[in-house]
Amino acid sequence: MSGRPVLAACLSLALGGPALAAHAAVGAAATPNRIEIHNFMFTPKTLTVPVGTKVTWINRDEEPHTVVSADGRFAPSKALDTGDRYATIFSRPGSYTYYCTVHPFMTGTVIVK
Amino acid sequence: MQDGHDNRTLDRREFLKCMAWAGTGTLLLMKGGVLHARTLGAEADAEARDATFSFAQVSDSHIGFHLAPNPDPAATFRAALARVDALPVRPDFLLHTGDLTHLSRPDQFATVQGLMQESRAGKGKVLCVPGEHDVIGDNGEEFFRRFGERQHDGGWYSFDHRGVHFVGLINVLNLKAGGLGYLGADQLAWLNKDLAPLSAETPVLVFAHMPMWSLYPEWGWGTDDGAQAMTYLRRFGSVSVLNGHIHQIQRKVEGNITFHTARSTAYPQPAPGTAPAPGPLKGVTPDRLRSYLGVRSVRHVQGRDALAITEEAMA
Repeated sequence: MSGRPVLAACLSLALGGPALAAHAAVGAAATPNRIEIHNFMFTPKTLTVPVGTKVTWINRDEEPHTVVSADGRFAPSKALDTGDRYATIFSRPGSYTYYCTVHPFMTGTVIVK
Repeated sequence: MQDGHDNRTLDRREFLKCMAWAGTGTLLLMKGGVLHARTLGAEADAEARDATFSFAQVSDSHIGFHLAPNPDPAATFRAALARVDALPVRPDFLLHTGDLTHLSRPDQFATVQGLMQESRAGKGKVLCVPGEHDVIGDNGEEFFRRFGERQHDGGWYSFDHRGVHFVGLINVLNLKAGGLGYLGADQLAWLNKDLAPLSAETPVLVFAHMPMWSLYPEWGWGTDDGAQAMTYLRRFGSVSVLNGHIHQIQRKVEGNITFHTARSTAYPQPAPGTAPAPGPLKGVTPDRLRSYLGVRSVRHVQGRDALAITEEAMA
């Protein structure tokens, strides 16, 4: 029985359907390569991943956001409307600070080891 | 008018947070150099008749937004322009203080232009400054191509109108990670030079999208180097600053400088700190929406000491 919520989260990830979006958000904490954008925050604010990981951001806000490297070290996203995703692969170790250029007080970090 | 010397302590104490969400627009009335804002409507109509001139402000039309509480911001923008067209005294021009679009898409800018062309005010002289939603991904290229004044490379501009010096500033470009709105050294140097030849008696009206004072930095509601701009403006007897961005009316008086933010024509946002985050107030019901949206008109009366600003809710 205890495996069920995890299964639901995985299914919703795989399907990506809007009806399952809420469940996917719940599953985010257990998903090591995903960053939710909600209430003008990147969650988790700091994400640590191994080299070669594809990291995906999902915008859960009604406001558009962007994901842009503070020092241009990875390709910037376009404007992410509600429900839009952006993914990039981190192939080199390092600490990557990024922000939303629309709301620059929103910052986050991806640490690649 | 406040005494210019004791204002700093007074200002903080008397920080005016005049909450009024409602309205499509504001009538801004210049009375001898000081701006007065009135919600468009009966009060504005009466005051507009003795004005030297007036202009109307709309803001944050967010064309392309499609969610609660307003799935059709084109309709509410159209209604806002109709309000302006219905003013008893025709405004000299229309000012849009940014976030014309939601996502900076060419089709959204085209829709804005189309809606403008449906209205008398929109077909006349229109002045715009971009919001951060108008410059996503292209540093404002599409915005400036369609709505830019092309006075300077950076997009900022100034002009004189019936004795009032108007300045349009850009504070939504080159935003820094962790920062707020940003003017930048080039624009500040230009502003200083632009204002230098003016006498202190010249009424000055500055407009930009993001609030030029630290209204609520936790939500990004401020301009990092706005205080520097204020040092150039402080010597003037009457300075009015018009901003958009926060989708609600807030005012602050700092000596001879009066700050006004405007309502959106699309959707309201929460008052500072009253919600987990800024963003649309989703719970506003359709029958109440238009009472949160607005237009502003500004009226100038020669020989008096203030611009009059009139706010009008759309319902």
